[in-house]
Amino acid sequence: MEKFTKLTGIAAPMPLVNIDTDMIIPKQFLKTIKRSGLGVNLFDEMRYDREGNEVPDFVLNQPAYREAEIIVAGENFGCGSSREHAPWALKDFGIKCVISASFADIFYNNCFKNGILPVVLPAEAVTYLMDDATKGANARLTVDLDKQVVTASDGTEFSFEVDPFKKHCLMNGLDDIGLSLEKVSAIDAYESRAKTQFPWL
Amino acid sequence: MTAPKTLYDKIWDAHVVDEADDGTCLLYIDRHLVHEVTSPQAFEGLRMAKRAVRAPEKTIAVPDHNVPTTLGRENPDQMPEDSRIQVAALDKNAKDFGIHYYPVSDVRQGIVHIVGPEQGWTLPGMTVVCGDSHTATHGAFGSLAHGIGTSEVEHVLATQTLIQKKSKNMKVEITGKLKPGVTAKDITLAVIGATGTAGGTGYVIEYCGEAIRDLSMEGRMTVCNMAIEGGARAGLIAPDEKTFEYVKGRPHAPKGAAYEAALSYWKTLFTDEGAHFDKVVTLKGEEIEPVVTWGTSPEDVLPISANVPAASDFTGGKVGAAQRSLDYMGLTPGMKLTDVKIDAVFIGSCTNGRIEDLRAAAAVLKDRKIAEGVRCMVVPGSGLVRAQAEEEGLADIFIAAGAEWRMAGCSMCLAMNPDQLAPGERCASTSNRNFEGRQGFKGRTHLMSPAMAAAAAVTGHLTDVREMMGEMA
Ligand code: SF4
Repeated sequence: MEKFTKLTGIAAPMPLVNIDTDMIIPKQFLKTIKRSGLGVNLFDEMRYDREGNEVPDFVLNQPAYREAEIIVAGENFGCGSSREHAPWALKDFGIKCVISASFADIFYNNCFKNGILPVVLPAEAVTYLMDDATKGANARLTVDLDKQVVTASDGTEFSFEVDPFKKHCLMNGLDDIGLSLEKVSAIDAYESRAKTQFPWL
Repeated sequence: MTAPKTLYDKIWDAHVVDEADDGTCLLYIDRHLVHEVTSPQAFEGLRMAKRAVRAPEKTIAVPDHNVPTTLGRENPDQMPEDSRIQVAALDKNAKDFGIHYYPVSDVRQGIVHIVGPEQGWTLPGMTVVCGDSHTATHGAFGSLAHGIGTSEVEHVLATQTLIQKKSKNMKVEITGKLKPGVTAKDITLAVIGATGTAGGTGYVIEYCGEAIRDLSMEGRMTVCNMAIEGGARAGLIAPDEKTFEYVKGRPHAPKGAAYEAALSYWKTLFTDEGAHFDKVVTLKGEEIEPVVTWGTSPEDVLPISANVPAASDFTGGKVGAAQRSLDYMGLTPGMKLTDVKIDAVFIGSCTNGRIEDLRAAAAVLKDRKIAEGVRCMVVPGSGLVRAQAEEEGLADIFIAAGAEWRMAGCSMCLAMNPDQLAPGERCASTSNRNFEGRQGFKGRTHLMSPAMAAAAAVTGHLTDVREMMGEMA
């Protein structure tokens, strides 16, 4: 997995609340059996009209935000379906960090498994960064995972919390499965315990 | 004496394999359900790393999201190319990795969350996961069940565990009795209406109270199914005699002495007196009305007797979201919900595709006709539900009323197959999500109970089913 340490980039403002995973990647693109290639269909139904032309108003279609690597979003980002296609599509487009006042649980976890950092900040901080993001490509944000700080274009800093284990994995690009398999003897021990305790399973 | 525990605490504690200093746990998974859409990349990952499925006997696969629901669908020509590839990938993965499998041609095939309980794979006290957010359904049995992403699917396949941190405990109590015409769907929508779609974020909900106890297992599954729409990681209900009765004799449930041993354990699965909840929400059962959603978030819930709200009725970020919803849904503030005309009706999904749901819909449709110009699809949750409905004569009622009687699958709940709304079409739906485009590009969804959906099918507009109940046998 790709590491995430520190990023300075363009942030696209998406003030809408409850942006769900159906919006992030509509279901007609879930028929793939691969992880890659979903970026062109990120936010498909907002981004393109029925004929497949770009909707000029949509933020990621605007020249200033085509290279965005960060999204600043309204609260409860990523609610709805558990589809990991949502972070895959974000990643494939080039988004490496999403900042919001809150995230849906499964989406939040899925981000970490795909090298994307979801940053939770208080509503006022998100509003501040949202204003910053609307300034376009001149207002780059810096996200420093090691220090756990987001820096606005004027130098204002906002620190955020992140689970130490998730941080460690993301900073080092560690694969969860490999880490868990190191604990295989504990899994074996659990299974033999369960055999006597819950013999019907 | 040990401190009093919640039901969630008890199930959690029984499954911890390893706990790190920061509280990150490796949690053992008793059942892993797999479907065709969120698993191909996980199996691909296993192959690439040359890993096996650690516990194939605990892993069950069934295609449901993408499969056609038309008769004669075993014929692969009925499937669009990309769907066929995805279903074929599951066929192959199930075979190569030796996991239990119900192919499209099997009468037991159906929506994964309906097949699990039906086959007795879901038991009280278990941990159950699936690469699908509505895994919460299985919580109705007093099992800790939740959705996971594809990377986690791969993790569970490889290790039979999941890396987890414990959520907080939330209690949702529904006191008293429900009024006639009010169902489990109305309870679960009313709860989301009260707490919001993020109200449960970070929590596992335990539903309790007299109105919950009074529900059948089917109804309890409907309630837990939508815990995720309230933002919760999982929803659960303590098992009781109804649970044990439902489980007993199912193909994969324990038998004989094993059943007795299991039963005595299952009877310990309840929240102890005095256990701590971080959040408590109480609703009065008799105050819950039949509800519908008006917007594009499951929290946009109103009693059927209400009027469409205006964006100005809301505050904060919700003002913009409400305006967007109203525009998308094509509704005028102040209009009566019962004046909202519909084009389509969908009865099915893992929320309301069980036999009891079909009975409730059939009770309304009996000796009635579906309104002119309205298309009504009835999609049983599994092949066995379909067979039972045919045996009970429900299928005849649907067909006589003018509905389409289809094969089992997710169908228009998420419209990945050709079962879709056309742009602008409005649907009375028993599913669980009314998001933009969920049932088809620019399609408009109103969520409600099966009885309410059937009532709308008859009148052609959103309808209070209680007005039709007097005339019902
Ligand atoms: S019926 Fe709908 S909600 Fe349930 S598993 Fe299928 S797509 Fe998901």
